[in-house]
Amino acid sequence: MNDLTTLTLADTIQALRDKKFSLSELLSSYRSVIEKHNQKLNILLTTTLDNHPEQLDSPLAGSPLVVKDNISTKNIQTTAASTVLDGYRPPFDATIIHRLYQAGASIIGKSNLDAWAHGSSTETSQYGRTLNPRNPDYLPGGSSGGSAAAVAANMCAAAIGTETAGSIRQPAAWCGVVGLKPSYGRVSRFGVIAMASSTDSPGPITKTVEDAAILLNFIAGHDHHDSTTSSQSAPDFTTNINQSIKNLRVGILYQGIKGLEIVDPHLQKVGQVLESLGAQVDSVSAMDPKLAISVYTVVQRGEVSSNLARMDGVRFGNDRSYFGDEAKRRIMLGTYTLSKGYADQYYNTAQKVRTLFIEDFKKLFKKFDVLISPTSPSFAKKVGATADAAMFGELEDMLLEPSSITGLPGINVPCYQDKKTHLFLGLNIVAPMWREDLVIKVADAYEKATSWNEWRNKA
Amino acid sequence: MKQTEYQLICGMEVHAELKTKSKMFCGCKNDPFHASKPNCYTCPTCLGLPGALPVANSTAIEWTIKLGLALNCRINLFSKFDRKHYFYPDLPKGYQISQYDLPFCYDGYLETSAGKVRIHRIHLEEDTGKLLHKTVHNQKVSLVDFNRSGVPLIEIVTEPDIKSAAQAKEYAKTLRGILRELHIADCDMEQGGMRLEANISLQAVGTKELPNYKIELKNINSFRFLEQAINYEIERQSQVLQNGEQLNQETRGWNAVQNKTFLQRTKEEAEDYRYFPDPDLPPIRLSTNQIEIIKQNLPELPLERAKRWMSNYHLQPEFATRLSEDTKHAQQLDSLFKLAVNKKFEPSKLANQIVNKKITVNYQNLEATLEEFESLNATATVDDNDLEKIIRQVLAEHQDAVNRYHAGQKQVLSFFMGQVMKNLKVKADPQQVRSTLHKYLDN
Repeated sequence: MNDLTTLTLADTIQALRDKKFSLSELLSSYRSVIEKHNQKLNILLTTTLDNHPEQLDSPLAGSPLVVKDNISTKNIQTTAASTVLDGYRPPFDATIIHRLYQAGASIIGKSNLDAWAHGSSTETSQYGRTLNPRNPDYLPGGSSGGSAAAVAANMCAAAIGTETAGSIRQPAAWCGVVGLKPSYGRVSRFGVIAMASSTDSPGPITKTVEDAAILLNFIAGHDHHDSTTSSQSAPDFTTNINQSIKNLRVGILYQGIKGLEIVDPHLQKVGQVLESLGAQVDSVSAMDPKLAISVYTVVQRGEVSSNLARMDGVRFGNDRSYFGDEAKRRIMLGTYTLSKGYADQYYNTAQKVRTLFIEDFKKLFKKFDVLISPTSPSFAKKVGATADAAMFGELEDMLLEPSSITGLPGINVPCYQDKKTHLFLGLNIVAPMWREDLVIKVADAYEKATSWNEWRNKA
Repeated sequence: MKQTEYQLICGMEVHAELKTKSKMFCGCKNDPFHASKPNCYTCPTCLGLPGALPVANSTAIEWTIKLGLALNCRINLFSKFDRKHYFYPDLPKGYQISQYDLPFCYDGYLETSAGKVRIHRIHLEEDTGKLLHKTVHNQKVSLVDFNRSGVPLIEIVTEPDIKSAAQAKEYAKTLRGILRELHIADCDMEQGGMRLEANISLQAVGTKELPNYKIELKNINSFRFLEQAINYEIERQSQVLQNGEQLNQETRGWNAVQNKTFLQRTKEEAEDYRYFPDPDLPPIRLSTNQIEIIKQNLPELPLERAKRWMSNYHLQPEFATRLSEDTKHAQQLDSLFKLAVNKKFEPSKLANQIVNKKITVNYQNLEATLEEFESLNATATVDDNDLEKIIRQVLAEHQDAVNRYHAGQKQVLSFFMGQVMKNLKVKADPQQVRSTLHKYLDN
């Protein structure tokens, strides 16, 4: 009965409602997959497979989900993959957890990540690295590597990750799954252990684009606990499934820039597919994404140094000696860039450049409805790749950082799989603020016009 | 050698807790002084738990602007909250949410009898928790109570315009009066609901150069101590300077037992709080219309009231100021003065006698107060011997009432007053009758 775990979220909900199997049968299928693979792949830090009530009348009908371990879950250990928080059981649920429970989700595990979400490999987790289920010699990406791997390994029907600059889309690309980063402010951050508060965005990591739309429906919308959430009400995102993209204007970003030799030809093919669906595809040049790395590094390190200050071991968790090297590096750099005399030179300048990126995108979106680019410059990197690379994540996420620092919504859909290594490349689709509908529409049309998505093919 | 004369250069920083229903950035009850036990008014946000976020209390913002308008400040239509970083166990997030370069209010002033004290800025921030140092099971421990964590706190900073200890005291008292009049703060000094800080240095008279040091006088919890401490510092600092020695940047406290200031800490180098805009709180935009509405709803402030009484009722400044501070009875005093004018009494004389406690205002019955005023001021002189004779007679006739008086029923006094006055047959000075009665009854 292991087929149950390969069902998409949409199919799982339907099958549960149709009573094709019970929730407990479904959970035991997931249990056996987890028991078989988790020890080796180290995807889930905590499993919570027991005591989930049947709830057929709820929208998610009990569907088993995995959430990243930097999202607070009441009475369930929440570590952000740092031993500083070893044994910490929050007395409250994050808003998105609360909303998922209300929608009838069964949360069956907490997934691994780079400690404090600092990284793009899940190799800096203080609970050990996660391996890529597609090929365990390779990394899953990060920081939501555990959530992407959990979906790829069929350990859940769908997962929740968080993205600050690529942390949903990049691991989704490396694991060959769908990852949707909503507009900043679309989804509540309340209860999500803050990394870089001004860019953190929780979002779905799923088997299909439709699944991402389904999950986004339940987590999106204003939260009175998070004043950075938008007050506008969220639309029904699933209405963008199976829609025509005829005459939609698509701009291809970053073509021909150095370091993209592996992905460039595949993006050309994406362009052809979209054209065949009736879209108008054109190349376009934008601000150098390398500048975004500098902006992001300065802003993010500053916010990290501030956000981690509460981890003092007084009210919860362990003391500061438990911080890993990467966190210490970021705290030191952030403390420096915020200090007197340097804040103008670094933090404030970075914020100005950030505004330039916002303006640049505004101009681009006058000509295009969506912009596309590769999600990552390459396939997943080999295990151990981060050892001597302090800026590993930033270089990996270069193509995503411009849209992250500007708060735009984006999605990763698989756009190529290497037959020998089984590893994937990803397509990144970006739209203007609050236009998740457009990224979902284009991603869904692309997904259905190609055969990279194994789960959809099965259905 | 000729003694150099020095002039005090003093600016003040006053903190006051706002009495909003809930805390500054969460829904917890704001009532730290009446909490039944430590940490009963806490939640993930004011405990600084991972992932918890602040949401600004709009009433606290409105009240801060209210105070700003009452202090003639300009209001920033675009404002924001910043994080101020430092480590201390009572500061759960490792930073305090405060305001750095865009406070809600700036450039105001408060009038004192010795001149205007300019207000540099007023900003809104959150209070910290409280450390309790105790011995538990024979072990010395430090405990933290977070009931106060996140209570809205305003800081009012003046320019260095204060020229004397008395002016500092007057400034602080007037400020408290305004905070109470606006019903935005209780200013309980002993509990720390209002905290005074004075920055003090001395300038040689005749020089233009500002002093190159500043002594911060902190944790002063009464107006009297403030005055004493500043005067002590003027003495101390002029002696040091007189001896040709240097004064350095330092923080001092007030020892109320020894009546002197003491060194708390020296500042080796400037602190760096690494301020940056709090990304969890969007900037605050206000419209001129919103400000106008707040302005229109401002109550009359003590100083304005005193001025009005002076011009309408010709009250002497001293008595007008004193009575105007009683914000609780402002309206009744107003009616009383109006009533007095109608009856062709002099309100200024009435005010004088109220301040000097010759008359106790009966706020339930203003007419009775005026009757008392009338009889007090329209009296015949009574011979002491006549008066004592009548008192002895009245007391002898009402032995049971005397017994009740001695048993603690002091209100019987007014009965005796009435009896004596009646027997006197002339309008006697009630003060004279009362004190003579006391002489007999209390011996």
